[in-house]
Amino acid sequence: MPEILFYVFAGTAVGGAVGVVLQRNPVGSLLFMVGTLASIAGIFVLLEAQFLAAIQLMVYAGAIMVLFLFVIMLLNLGHDYRADLKRGLGAFLAFAVTGALGGLLVGQLGGVGENPLYEYLPGPGELDRVFAADGIVGAIARPLFTDYVVPFELVGILLLVALIGAVALAKKGG
Amino acid sequence: MSSSYLPVLILLGVSVANAVGMLVASHVLNPRRPTPEKEMPYESGMIPLGDTRARFSVKFYMVALSFIIFDLETVFLIPWAVAARSLGWQAFAAVAVFTGVLVVGLIYEWRKGVLDWK
Repeated sequence: MPEILFYVFAGTAVGGAVGVVLQRNPVGSLLFMVGTLASIAGIFVLLEAQFLAAIQLMVYAGAIMVLFLFVIMLLNLGHDYRADLKRGLGAFLAFAVTGALGGLLVGQLGGVGENPLYEYLPGPGELDRVFAADGIVGAIARPLFTDYVVPFELVGILLLVALIGAVALAKKGG
Repeated sequence: MSSSYLPVLILLGVSVANAVGMLVASHVLNPRRPTPEKEMPYESGMIPLGDTRARFSVKFYMVALSFIIFDLETVFLIPWAVAARSLGWQAFAAVAVFTGVLVVGLIYEWRKGVLDWK
């Protein structure tokens, strides 16, 4: 059953991503993207990461999509977009950079055993032990508020900078 | 643990089937006799005026951005609230500083008049 569900969610995620690219209407692209992000939340549930699934729906499918929608509404979109699309060297460079980044990622994740990232992965049974001690949300909360408290406070400052930057850019006078 | 999400899955399945069913049924069962009035975009019975793709005021964007900032604040407050008793006062202090930093942003917004809708 989880395998079937994984393929259903993975299929809708990839299908939604293709839909985002193929849609000519930006609002349509946005709706496809909501579908993709919701499917990824389903995959998070299958991975026993229920808190991440909830956050995925709340932040990405909710807040980030609201932001995208408002940016689309703020731009005057009454014209044909095809003229805006970069052709020639620009398109080639975009594909080259995206492909290089994707290749780098696959290369990093591909070499099982020799990858330095694997040192940070929890060992077998480690997750079950932490979940039993602190609960699923507590397993995130404990390191966040003890070992990683400085990055956590920096996130607060980053959010403050984003807020002040947006107000300074968009608010006239005052 | 994932098995406790079976009701959510059933709800998801029923809602998708319901939505798809309504669309398909109205396409299959609907007799098609179009008139110019029926082809118009439906705007609560009013005759549509102008283009839908009007430009919107930047005020909407400011509100949306504030919503995102404080939504993200909530994301960090939820794990603390769930585990607050076992984490103790040190975590409380961390969250108090975090909230304090964002309250500075809220005061700035307030003083700049972003929250006034005029």
